[in-house]
Amino acid sequence: MKKAFEFFIEKAIFVSGAASIIFVILIFIFLLREGMLLFSEVPIQKFLFGINWLPISDPPQFGILPLILGSLWVTFGAILIAVPLGVAAAIYVAEVAPGWMRGILKSGIELLAAIPSIVLGFIGVVFLSPLLKNLFHLPSGLTALAGSIMLAFMAMPTIVSIIEDSIVSVPKSYKEGSLALGATHWQTIYRVTLPAAASGILAAVMLGIGRVIGETMAVLMVTGNAAILPTSILQPVRTLTATIAAEMGEAVAGSSHYYALFAIGIVLFIISFVINLAADILLHKK
Amino acid sequence: MRNTQRTEKIAFFLMAAATLIIVTPVVIILFIVLFYGLPGLTWEFISANPREGMRAGGIYPAIIGTLLLTLGTALFSIPLGILAAIYLNEYARKNWLTRLVELAIINLAGVPSIVYGLFGLGLFVTFLGFGASLLAGSATLAIMTLPVIITATREALSAVPQAFREVSFSLGASRWQTVRGVVLPNAIPGILTGTILGLSRAAGETAPILFTVAAFYLPRLPQSIYDQAMVLPYHIYVLSTQVPNVSPRIQYGTVLVLVGLVFILNITAAVIRARFRRRKTW
Repeated sequence: MKKAFEFFIEKAIFVSGAASIIFVILIFIFLLREGMLLFSEVPIQKFLFGINWLPISDPPQFGILPLILGSLWVTFGAILIAVPLGVAAAIYVAEVAPGWMRGILKSGIELLAAIPSIVLGFIGVVFLSPLLKNLFHLPSGLTALAGSIMLAFMAMPTIVSIIEDSIVSVPKSYKEGSLALGATHWQTIYRVTLPAAASGILAAVMLGIGRVIGETMAVLMVTGNAAILPTSILQPVRTLTATIAAEMGEAVAGSSHYYALFAIGIVLFIISFVINLAADILLHKK
Repeated sequence: MRNTQRTEKIAFFLMAAATLIIVTPVVIILFIVLFYGLPGLTWEFISANPREGMRAGGIYPAIIGTLLLTLGTALFSIPLGILAAIYLNEYARKNWLTRLVELAIINLAGVPSIVYGLFGLGLFVTFLGFGASLLAGSATLAIMTLPVIITATREALSAVPQAFREVSFSLGASRWQTVRGVVLPNAIPGILTGTILGLSRAAGETAPILFTVAAFYLPRLPQSIYDQAMVLPYHIYVLSTQVPNVSPRIQYGTVLVLVGLVFILNITAAVIRARFRRRKTW
């Protein structure tokens, strides 16, 4: 009896171990199953490089270039804000802050990670966007800039914690060697610690990009959702993720609009796959 | 010499400023949510159904919906996640298959939440015929939460010293007996912490449940696991973008309830972690 249970539970352990692989494959299959149906009606290059996303006009047009550029536009802005702040904060927390402060700062950043994205989106709508509207005298504060600021904060916990880990894991002897040669604390950080942690920092940036490009709700709420080619950060844009979230509710199952939204899902899946793989290779380089 | 010291001072000052720029908004956001949310937080608000197209009444069904959905997510993801972590840490050899499993987990962790929503719609809602339901929503969220639980459990298992296992083996225990009798009991606090954090993230997610469970307006409790449900994150979205003229009291009240729920879970995890650290004897 005991042997039988052990046999059973060990089989369950093996199956569960393989489950992650199965789920990744299932996700891909079920995106393809619906998404590929679009390409019998719309050629793939017209889907990827078409400049008009007009899914409910007659005839509909399913060009996602404005959405891809919208995503990249917002992501670029977010990374521009998040990386310098994140690197500086990670160094401060790991190397400079006194012990009692370190705990408080780390919990503050963890707290940021705990706030649901819908709540940040809500705050973005009621506080950030009116602020930007008044600051830049815009017709509406729901812009790419609002999206980038929101996303920068959402990526921050990921970026800070990974960089902090890689700074802490730089061997102590490197730093001691530098200090013994008469370098100041800052010179040591700048010339020794940071270069030694470079691959971790790069991985953090990649994972930050992955987090930002996949974020949905906050972006949907604060970017204003206009499917046009972006030219300014003070303009509304629309991202890949927001398009799926906003339109799937109205798309009739089995229509080409429905398939097109799944096809966008395929694009997002492939982007996140590549980014995560690259980040993992960077983190395991040693 | 003076110059390098001044550079150092400026650099440290700028880094401290950057850290403040990140941490201060968190405090401000929490303050805003509390300040505007508390006045709306009456007994009626958390115990009554919404009325007048969600412009009055309470959010009782959305609270219960979120609790049920989180419970469902836990039921699917905890056993699967813990067993998978046991496989990776206690059974798996260092070969290509293990590496493939690790890559799959990293990948699952990186898939955008809205893509989970599409996947849940394709597999659970349509293909398996669950419809938009608590069952479909829980299953979708469970797969999304799985990488968090596996990673945390694995960390907790690998923190148990190797010597513990060797002693158990030397006494003639099998691998499973060692896992069950020695490794798991020592890893429980770490597993709990990670699991609760994963579930708190699931409770606040919106994108994966948009098309798999969330009901726009359903002023009653779900009748079965095949029923749709109102849930807090989606309700916030609806109140702030889909329904005009909702009073801020109701909007902020709902935000406060969700944030409160997520923070209770996070604080629970933090307390377990802190207690365990103090008791740890090896």
